[in-house]
Amino acid sequence: MTADVVARRVLIVDDEPNIVLSLEFLMRKNGFETSVARDGDAALAEVERFRPDLVLLDAMMPHRDGFEVCQQLRASGWTDLKIVMLTAKGRDSEVAKGLAVGADAYVTKPFSTRSLVDQVTALLDGA
Amino acid sequence: MSPPRGRALFVTLVVAYVVVAGAGLSLAAWSGLAPAQRELVAASARDQAPALLLLTGGALAGLVWLVVHVIGRYAATARRLTAETRLLLGPNPDHHVDPSGPVELVELAGAVNDLAERRRVAETEVARQVRTARAEIEAERNRLAALMAELTVAVLVCNIEGRILLYNRAARLVLGDDPAIGLGRSVHGIVDRGLITHALDRIREGATAQVATVLRDRRLLQVRLAPVHGTDRTLIGFVMVLEDETGRVANSVRADALLRDLSEGTRASLGSIRAAAENILDSPDMQPEHRRAFIEVVRDEAERLGDRVERWVAESIPHLGERWLLTDVRGADLLTVLAHELEGFVATTVDPDVPELWLQVDSHAVAQVAVHLATCLRDECGLVALKLSLGAATDRLAQLDARWRGPAPGPDTFNAWLDQPLTSSGAASAREVVERHGGEVWCAAGAAGSAYVRMLLPLTDATATSTSEARPGPGLGSRPEFYDFELFELREESLAWQERALADLTWTVFDTETTGLDPVHDEIISIGAVRVLGGRLLRQESFDRLVDPGRSVPAGSIAVHGITTSMVRGQPSIDDVLPLFARYADDTVLVGHNVGFDMRLLREKEERTGIRFGQPVLDTLLLDAALHPDFEEHSLEAIAGRLGVEVVGRHTALGDATVTAEVFLRLVTLFEQRGIDTLGEVLAASRATLHARLDRSAYGSR
Repeated sequence: MTADVVARRVLIVDDEPNIVLSLEFLMRKNGFETSVARDGDAALAEVERFRPDLVLLDAMMPHRDGFEVCQQLRASGWTDLKIVMLTAKGRDSEVAKGLAVGADAYVTKPFSTRSLVDQVTALLDGA
Repeated sequence: MSPPRGRALFVTLVVAYVVVAGAGLSLAAWSGLAPAQRELVAASARDQAPALLLLTGGALAGLVWLVVHVIGRYAATARRLTAETRLLLGPNPDHHVDPSGPVELVELAGAVNDLAERRRVAETEVARQVRTARAEIEAERNRLAALMAELTVAVLVCNIEGRILLYNRAARLVLGDDPAIGLGRSVHGIVDRGLITHALDRIREGATAQVATVLRDRRLLQVRLAPVHGTDRTLIGFVMVLEDETGRVANSVRADALLRDLSEGTRASLGSIRAAAENILDSPDMQPEHRRAFIEVVRDEAERLGDRVERWVAESIPHLGERWLLTDVRGADLLTVLAHELEGFVATTVDPDVPELWLQVDSHAVAQVAVHLATCLRDECGLVALKLSLGAATDRLAQLDARWRGPAPGPDTFNAWLDQPLTSSGAASAREVVERHGGEVWCAAGAAGSAYVRMLLPLTDATATSTSEARPGPGLGSRPEFYDFELFELREESLAWQERALADLTWTVFDTETTGLDPVHDEIISIGAVRVLGGRLLRQESFDRLVDPGRSVPAGSIAVHGITTSMVRGQPSIDDVLPLFARYADDTVLVGHNVGFDMRLLREKEERTGIRFGQPVLDTLLLDAALHPDFEEHSLEAIAGRLGVEVVGRHTALGDATVTAEVFLRLVTLFEQRGIDTLGEVLAASRATLHARLDRSAYGSR
């Protein structure tokens, strides 16, 4: 990484520390700057503070689920922010809902780390 | 006595008078003669003897011929009059007795016609009254039939012998359109007799019985029986409700297997992962290649676990609706239901442009969700009017939208509404109802200051959608003639065929069309049959199949029946159709016109197909000949004409079978009028006629 290139920022939102550990490691290794939020409310606050380029957003969280966070973000003007919903909910109705409320991609757990990195890179490069 | 009237009688009397007077005068003259004169006369008589004898003999012969001729004419006309009067009495009350023949009999014919006319008038009045009374009963029956037809559960009503009195379309569907199902047919042809006996025993003890049976096509059927009691509390029949359990059982078997696979497989994988992870942790100085091998174990097992879960989900989601009572609802109907339910809460309009699609939903629960959300929107966001629309979201999901002008509630607010219990359904929340459907629901802002709630609901799977016209539903064709309660009166089926009354029998009246008239070398190309039961023709239970004879149909026979080679090519073969026809005709008496030919064709196939038609057979040709030996013509058209049967659709198998059935119904009436009312007696009459006709070598022309 050279000094004149600003590292792209990825916010990881998940209440499950075991997967956060891997995601953080994976994103850093691929040159992204990361931050972590443990629930929906924290995620909304962290987006305002950290101003990420992309959010890896878990759907199932206490208090405020990922769909709601996604919808809130889009409603409050975060239209260019890339949102990747990352979840163990895999029904086609949930995929349809996720994309309908504003997610750019919907990835179900378990996933391959390589393809997740590819998808994140593609979304950011396409922007 | 004027010359034209009774001319023959007049002539006879005159001749007789002349003869008697001549003889008397001769005797008187003779006694008045002197001996010499007598001698002279005698001598003269001797000379003239041959001429006298000739004259007297001729007169006598003429007399005898005249008498025989006149009596013969009278007798023949009287017989014809009797036969015609019987027609009048029986099947054709509109018959007009032919007023020809000797004058007295012409008068008699006139009197008979007058009497018939008077009876017609009286009968018309009676018939009118009967019609009125019957119309009321009919209305009752139609209400019942309509109810049965609309029921989505399969229902059969049987009398105590197991004869079917009533069934509905759903029953026909569940039983796979088995030709053995039909009014008056024995249900034992479908459900094992032992099972029903067992269930009836349970019913007699006062319980509702439930048994399971396996159909001929290996499907598992759940059968519930409920008793039907007569006025004196005796058991006179039973109602059967049938349910196809095959799918449900297969699903639970599959679910069990999946669950086992999931739990056992999961334990195994977790075991490997844990052992590998602990080895890595416990041996920080392990060789890099060992370390890598253990980590690979962790990744592989995780992959396998993932696959297992995906398989489980793929297998169980399509059957979600079977665990919950989700039913198939037409999209437009769902919108109508929802609009109706929402009416009292918010003004609701329905988008008229609804695509033809079927949803698998619990429409009551969905309506509750709609009412709950509409009430929340009204109370907290001031919603006044909604517009409902429906479309396909994916090939498995429909999207149900409710749109309004105004802002959308925040997602947090909306999610809170989803978690509230639905007022009238206890603990269930809107979210639970939607989850149960495998669906989703959310609220969002739409274009130009509008907002919407979208609910994703499952579509009925594609195969079911394509046969939507076969669904039970209101419509003209859905009201069947599937009932006959008179059969409750039938007694124990202990009577042999021969002793059974004509009125109690079930008849299969059939006809075949063939490639030609040689029963050994020609083939059947069409079988048509109708059912006759209790004096009625049951058009609904007809049998009509084309048969591929495996060769071309000769032009000569096409001219008769109009069935061409291309029409039969690709149809089922006789080996496939004959078992179906046998099931249709099972436990019934076969009837046909000049049926010997058809039976011969059927029996030609016996050895190859193993299908035997062992039941009694009646021939309308022989029946008519037995009843009307004085009529020369016994073709189907001639009989139909005499009996007042309208002939339509002749020379199709089903058309001919229908005409034959109408003719047969009237012939049975004629037999019953003569006191011949058992099958045995009618068979005997047929046999006697057949022998008489064989003697005259008149049989065999078709």
